[in-house]
Amino acid sequence: MYSLEHQQYLKKIKRHNFLVRLTQLSIITLFIILWQVLADYRLINTFITSSPKHIIKTIINLHQTHNLYNHILITIYETIISFALGTMIGIVVATILWWNRFIAKVIDPYLTILNSLPKVALGPIIIIWVGAAMDSIIVMALLISVIITIIDIYHGFNSVNPIKLKLMQSFKATKRQIYFKLLLPSNFSNIISTLKINISMSLIGVIMGEFLVSKQGIGYLIMYGSQVFNLDLVMSGIIILCIIAAIMYYLVLYVEKRLTKY
Amino acid sequence: MTKILKIKDLRKIYHTKRDETLAVDNFSFTMSDGEFVAIVGPSGCGKSTILSILCGLEEKTDGEIKFRENTKIGYMLQQDSLFEWRTVLDNCLLGLEINHNLNEETKNYVLKLLNTYGLSNFSNSYPPNLSGGMRQRVALIRTLATNPDILLLDEPFSALDYQTRLAVSDDVFKIIKSEGKSVIMVTHDLAEAISMADRIIILSKRPATIKKIFNIELTDKSTPINNRKAKEFAHYYELIWKEIDYHV
Repeated sequence: MYSLEHQQYLKKIKRHNFLVRLTQLSIITLFIILWQVLADYRLINTFITSSPKHIIKTIINLHQTHNLYNHILITIYETIISFALGTMIGIVVATILWWNRFIAKVIDPYLTILNSLPKVALGPIIIIWVGAAMDSIIVMALLISVIITIIDIYHGFNSVNPIKLKLMQSFKATKRQIYFKLLLPSNFSNIISTLKINISMSLIGVIMGEFLVSKQGIGYLIMYGSQVFNLDLVMSGIIILCIIAAIMYYLVLYVEKRLTKY
Repeated sequence: MTKILKIKDLRKIYHTKRDETLAVDNFSFTMSDGEFVAIVGPSGCGKSTILSILCGLEEKTDGEIKFRENTKIGYMLQQDSLFEWRTVLDNCLLGLEINHNLNEETKNYVLKLLNTYGLSNFSNSYPPNLSGGMRQRVALIRTLATNPDILLLDEPFSALDYQTRLAVSDDVFKIIKSEGKSVIMVTHDLAEAISMADRIIILSKRPATIKKIFNIELTDKSTPINNRKAKEFAHYYELIWKEIDYHV
């Protein structure tokens, strides 16, 4: 059993955390209530702002008549594919760059330019080259996530502890041994945090892609809603997107927790 | 006694875009089997460069280095640099894994070393759970695992605080002696050098050349901590201090 002081200390922490949660919940609840009240009293124009009730109605309607889950699944599917491809290509390219200093030096300015280029500018080209279908959405999202992945992981490889590197060399380790026994394990947490950025990058790319070409997905719902001036649909799309983003983020967080146990 | 190492006129030049720097020049000495040689000199003089060249991490520019045939070299660095994702045992096996020498016999040898030097209870622990002194012992066993004939120690205790440093150097010294290894140790700590070495090579400031070599003869030579109490200790300290170009 803990001492009285310690119990009080624990109580204090618990109280503090509870207050934070309570405030967080109050803000969102107040916001929703205020939104609804302003709408009910016609102080705001629901044609432009929509309202919580309308949004719920729209989502239920989507659920009953249209394929709500189809839209959600399409967006998630595209995100996961481009996330997986981006991560794999990113790690492979970063490995090649680490392996061969010459290639790394040659490619450096191209990477820098590609990284600072707003990838959405390439949208029209991608549509023409890849076609106005799901493929070009995945390519779009891939482009957005892969460059930053390459740069981050390559940077991690290069900032490995020089003394550990020297140790490996003093054992006459080959490049392959250095890669598998030192580089990969010591970069584990760096790679995981790159994945965290990557999953949201992929989602951004997918939504952008869906804005440009698609006939399905949450991005399409939002775009379609705005074109027919159905703000209820737009807002519903955004709310669903918020939920998807949050779930994906916490999923990666959970995987990270499970994997970093040593 | 047989000679384990002969170095003649070793020379090392570093090239950068702007400049070239002569780091080591005219460095010659011979070492007997089982000897403990310390190299001291002002910081930045090129002490570590010599070890790196001996170990094959860096190319020499000129000169001759001759180890006795089939001499195996072990290198121990300034920091223990244990891999925190490997257990103590796996850390010790690293060199054997890399050289494809890991088998029942070599593994048993490592287990025996861990056992002899009081680490058998920790062989499945991870490095962050070990004290500084224990980590250093693990690093030494990692070096000894490949069964080297000569050990190159590059300021092996410089990352430790003073008390730990005394205890660990005593520890490491006993292990090295009982395993019968030859040692070249680079250090900037004069007291440490005198208490451990049979011979001390004093280097000039850059470019490093041999300024003087002292044979250390202490009455009742035993372990480093005891050696510090020998009556010649202060005398050697004085002599060596005068030879080194320390600038404040």
